[in-house]
Amino acid sequence: MIPADDYEPPRPETDDAAEWRGLSRSAVFRRGLAVALTVPGLILAASSAGFGALSRDAGFSLFNSVFMMAAFFALPAQVVMVDQMARGASLSAGALVVTLTGIRLLPMCVVLMPYLKGPRATRLGFLLAGHFIAVTAWMEGWRRLPHLPAEHRLDHFLGIGTGLLGSTLIGTAFGYELAGVVPPLVSAVLLFLTPVYFLLSLIAAAAALSDRYAIVAGVVLGPPIYLLVPGFDLLLTGLIGGTIAHFAARHREARP
Amino acid sequence: MSEMSTGLTATLILLAIALFVHEPWRWIGIFIGNRIDVQSPWFQWVRSVATALVAGLVMRLILFPAGALAGLGLGVRGLAMAAGIAAYFLLGRTLAVGVGTGALVLVVAQSLFG
Repeated sequence: MIPADDYEPPRPETDDAAEWRGLSRSAVFRRGLAVALTVPGLILAASSAGFGALSRDAGFSLFNSVFMMAAFFALPAQVVMVDQMARGASLSAGALVVTLTGIRLLPMCVVLMPYLKGPRATRLGFLLAGHFIAVTAWMEGWRRLPHLPAEHRLDHFLGIGTGLLGSTLIGTAFGYELAGVVPPLVSAVLLFLTPVYFLLSLIAAAAALSDRYAIVAGVVLGPPIYLLVPGFDLLLTGLIGGTIAHFAARHREARP
Repeated sequence: MSEMSTGLTATLILLAIALFVHEPWRWIGIFIGNRIDVQSPWFQWVRSVATALVAGLVMRLILFPAGALAGLGLGVRGLAMAAGIAAYFLLGRTLAVGVGTGALVLVVAQSLFG
């Protein structure tokens, strides 16, 4: 628990915060659930359908496919898990690649946590919120939470996560059952939605100069690093690109 | 591992991997994020790392895609991505407009040149 007067929001509240005042906790949670019905929620459901189809191809049961979605709630980890099992890799090799994909969640949790702290924060709430942190929920939290009064942020984010989790489970089951029925061009469009949404959300959420530099650095460095060290590419792109962006922005801002 | 893909054994293996090698990264992130000072340069640095990492993921998904998207040419994918970004900036910075335009251009370009 964090005392309310110790808490400083990372960004000042905006005018939008006024409309949230006086809402009940369940109303705030329900507004979070509704994010599942917006464009990002639908894109995530479509991506989950892609995962369901992949998981079926690899020989998993419907239950285990849906269970994997709930237990990991991070598509990259699930895709490498399925891929490893399909190739008959050893359990330890599977665990290693899964943990490599999971490292990227660490900085995402670090930067969202300050928004989740507030007068109503509990340890259980944090753990639940942490489980929901994968790119889509993180992005929606990153975009939406600064506009909310501090006391509503955790409740709202738990709503966002619950709604998105629900839509991924339904999406996975749909994809599992419909695998092979959908034409390839439709599947290609569904796979294309995710990166476009990710990039536009990053641009939309970029508040500081370092954010804009970091986007450019990730875009430029990502492909060559992937070709050089696949598997470690996301982590290295983040560390190298983020460090360059951080110092470049500080250097730039230090000048008059 | 493949013979264990169905049934309760697989469920337990998946649960163990999720809980012991995947979820702890989230716990560590929460632990650090709960204590870090958001005004500190460290926090600003981690924020840049997270942003660059997701930007790198975007490029990987577009340039080196898996599944059905790999069946479309690089030019078609790149053109659709550029169209999505342009539409986002030119048409009122709306997420749905940018994503929708990108998807539309992907279908049209694939039908014309694919």
